[in-house]
Amino acid sequence: MSASLRIARATGAVASLPARAIEPLMAGLQKAIGIKKMPWFFLLPNLLAVILFSLLPVFVNIFYSFTGSDRLYPSQRPFIGTYNYETLLDCGNYLDPSTCSRDLFWRALGNSLVFVPTQVAAMIGIALLTAICLNGNIRGRGFFRGVFFFPVMLSPVVVALTWQWILQRTGVLNGILTNLGFEPVNWLVYANSAFFWSVFVTVWAHMGFYTIILLAGLQAIPRDVYEAAKMDSASHWRAFTRITLPLLKPVLLVVFILAVIRSVQTFDELYVLTGGGPGSATLLMVQYIYEIGFAVQPRNFGLAAAASLLLGIVLLIFTLVQLRISRGSSNG
Amino acid sequence: MADLSLASSTGGVRNMLLGRRGRGRLHISDVLTYGYLLLGVLVMFAPVIWVVLSSFKTSAALQEFPPTLLPYSTEQVVVEGYEGTLPLFDVITESGDVVQLAQIRRVGLNAQMVDPTDPEAGRIVVPVANATPVREIHFAVENYVQLLASSGSEIWRFVFNSLFITVAATIITLIMNSMAAFALSKYRFRGDSLALVAILSTLMIPATVVLVPTYLIVAQLGLVNNLWGVILPTVATPTGVFLLRQYMLTIPDELIEAARMDHASEWRIFWRIILPLSSPALAVVAIFSILSRWNDFLLPLVVLNRREVFTLQLALASYQDENVVRYEQLLAMTTLTALPLAFAFIFLQRYITSGIASTGIK
Repeated sequence: MSASLRIARATGAVASLPARAIEPLMAGLQKAIGIKKMPWFFLLPNLLAVILFSLLPVFVNIFYSFTGSDRLYPSQRPFIGTYNYETLLDCGNYLDPSTCSRDLFWRALGNSLVFVPTQVAAMIGIALLTAICLNGNIRGRGFFRGVFFFPVMLSPVVVALTWQWILQRTGVLNGILTNLGFEPVNWLVYANSAFFWSVFVTVWAHMGFYTIILLAGLQAIPRDVYEAAKMDSASHWRAFTRITLPLLKPVLLVVFILAVIRSVQTFDELYVLTGGGPGSATLLMVQYIYEIGFAVQPRNFGLAAAASLLLGIVLLIFTLVQLRISRGSSNG
Repeated sequence: MADLSLASSTGGVRNMLLGRRGRGRLHISDVLTYGYLLLGVLVMFAPVIWVVLSSFKTSAALQEFPPTLLPYSTEQVVVEGYEGTLPLFDVITESGDVVQLAQIRRVGLNAQMVDPTDPEAGRIVVPVANATPVREIHFAVENYVQLLASSGSEIWRFVFNSLFITVAATIITLIMNSMAAFALSKYRFRGDSLALVAILSTLMIPATVVLVPTYLIVAQLGLVNNLWGVILPTVATPTGVFLLRQYMLTIPDELIEAARMDHASEWRIFWRIILPLSSPALAVVAIFSILSRWNDFLLPLVVLNRREVFTLQLALASYQDENVVRYEQLLAMTTLTALPLAFAFIFLQRYITSGIASTGIK
C-alpha cells in the first residue's frame, strides 16, 4: 500500500499546479450552468470519446459494408447493397476455399475455426494446471507466479521476434536438435509446424493472464471444504471433479469467454511471427481484415467492414449464448 | 523478484512446516508440482534469456550454427604489416604441437596465416581442419552503443513517440475515466443508468471489429500520421470507468455533504476529496493503460505510416522487412523495448496480478 501512497503523493504534487488554476474556472462554470448540470459536465468528455470512437464506428461500419469503391470518405462511396456480403459468401463448394470468389476469407475462417478451439483448449488446460500447482503448499509461490505471468507484459512484437529468433533455420532449437542427432527443421516454412508454433507462442504469451484469474478463483474456495472431503477420505481426483471444478465454474466461464474473444482477435503475434504464412496457413480473420482493408491496394474498406461485422456478430452471439447458459445454470 | 516473493512466501513456508504434508515427507504430488513448476521456469524464462544473451553477440557470432550459449568472439590481434586486426587461431602443426597463428585470409580448405610474434617469417599455409579459433567470452556492448549513439540513429525518435503516446493517453484516460466514474457513482440524474450502459456496452465491441471506421474518424479529424490519432481512440476505456466507479461507490457520501456545507465547488470535491481517496483504483487503471499503450500494435500500424511517427513496436516489426536484417541490432532493440516493462513488472507485480484477478482487464 505504501507504493500506492507514494504514487498518489507524487501525482498529487504534479497535479496541484494546473489544478489551482482550474479550480476558480470550474467554480465559475458551476455558477453558470447550475449544480444540477455538473454531473453531465463530468460525464461529457468520456461520453463523447465513447460515442466518437466506439458507438459511432459500429454504425459507420454497417454503412461501409453496404458501399463500394476504394474511397475512404462516406460521401464519395456509392451504395452497392449487399454486394460485399454476397462476394464474401459466394462459394461453389463451401468445403473447398479455392472455389470461392474470396478464397482468402474462407481460408482465414477455416484457420480460425481450427486455431480458436485448439488454442483456447490448450490455454485453459495449461492455465488451470498451473493455477492448481500454484495453489498448493509450495515454497516461493510469488516467484513462480511471476515466472508464468511475465510474458503477458511483453509486447506481442517482442514475443514474436523472440520466438522467431529461436525457431529460425539456424536458431537455438535446431541447434539443440542437431546436438541430439536430429535433423534441423525449418519450423516456420511448413504449414503444419508453423500452425503448431502459432498456437504454442500465443499460449506461451497469454496463459499467465488466465492463470492469475483461475488462481484467484481457486483461492476463493474455502479450505475447510477440502478438509471435509479429506475426512470422508475422498481421493485427489474426486476432490478435484466434485469440489474444485463445480466451485470454479463461474470463474472458468469468464476465462472461457475472455479466451475465445481474444483468440478470435489474434493478430499482432502472428503478423510478426509468420505473417500469416507459409501461404495462408496461419492467416486468421483479423489479419484478413487488415490485409484487404489496409495492406493490399486498392484498399477495399467495404469488404473489410463486411468481414469485421460478420466477425462481430459471431462474437456477440457467442457471448450472449454463454451468458444465457451461465445464468440458466446459476438459477437452476 | 526474489524480494517480492519473500514476503508472500513466508506464509507459504509456515504452511509448509505446519501443514499436513510438510513434515519432512515429500508426497508424490509435491514432486510432480515442483517438477511442473521448474519445467515452467525453463519454458517461460529460457526464450527471453536466450534473446538477451544473443543481443550481446557480435554479428559474426550470431551466424554460427549450432549457436553457443554465451557470447563468444574470436580473439583479434594486431600484426605488424597487416591492416586492421586479424583473428587468432590455435593451429595443430604437422609435428603435433599447438601454436597460435593469426589468419590473413582463407582460401578453400586452406588458410593463410602468420605468426603474430614473428611476422617477418612470412605466410604459413595451414589446412582449415587443423585450426580452431581462439575464443573468449565477449559481451558485444557495441550492439547497444551503435543502436543508441550512432549519428542519425532513429531509435530515440521511436522511444519518444512511444513514451509520448503512453504518457499522454494514460493521463487523459485517468482524468476522463475518473470524471465519468465520479458522475456515475456520486450523482443521481436523469439518464445516468443509460449513460452507464452506453459506456459499458462498448466492452462488447472489440477494437479490431471497428478498425475501418475508427481509421475513417481518425482521418476525418486529420490525425493520420499524427501521434494523437492513436491516443484519442484508446482513452475512453470502459473497464477504467467501471473499476473506478465501483471503487468510488465505497467512498462515503457524508464526505461530500460535509464539503458542500463548506461551500466547496463540485470540481473541488472531485479533485481534492474523491481523487486522492481513489488512488489505489487509479494506480490499477494507470498500470493497465501504460501496459496497453506501450504494447499497442494494430491501431498504430494502421494510423501511423511514416517512419518519423513510428512507435518502438512498429519500428521493431519493420526491421524484419528490410533486405538485410541486422540481427545484432534487432536483438538489442528487442531487449531494450522489453526492458521498461520488465522493471515495471518487478515493482508492480502485486498490483497487476490483483487488478487482473479482480476485473479480468488488460
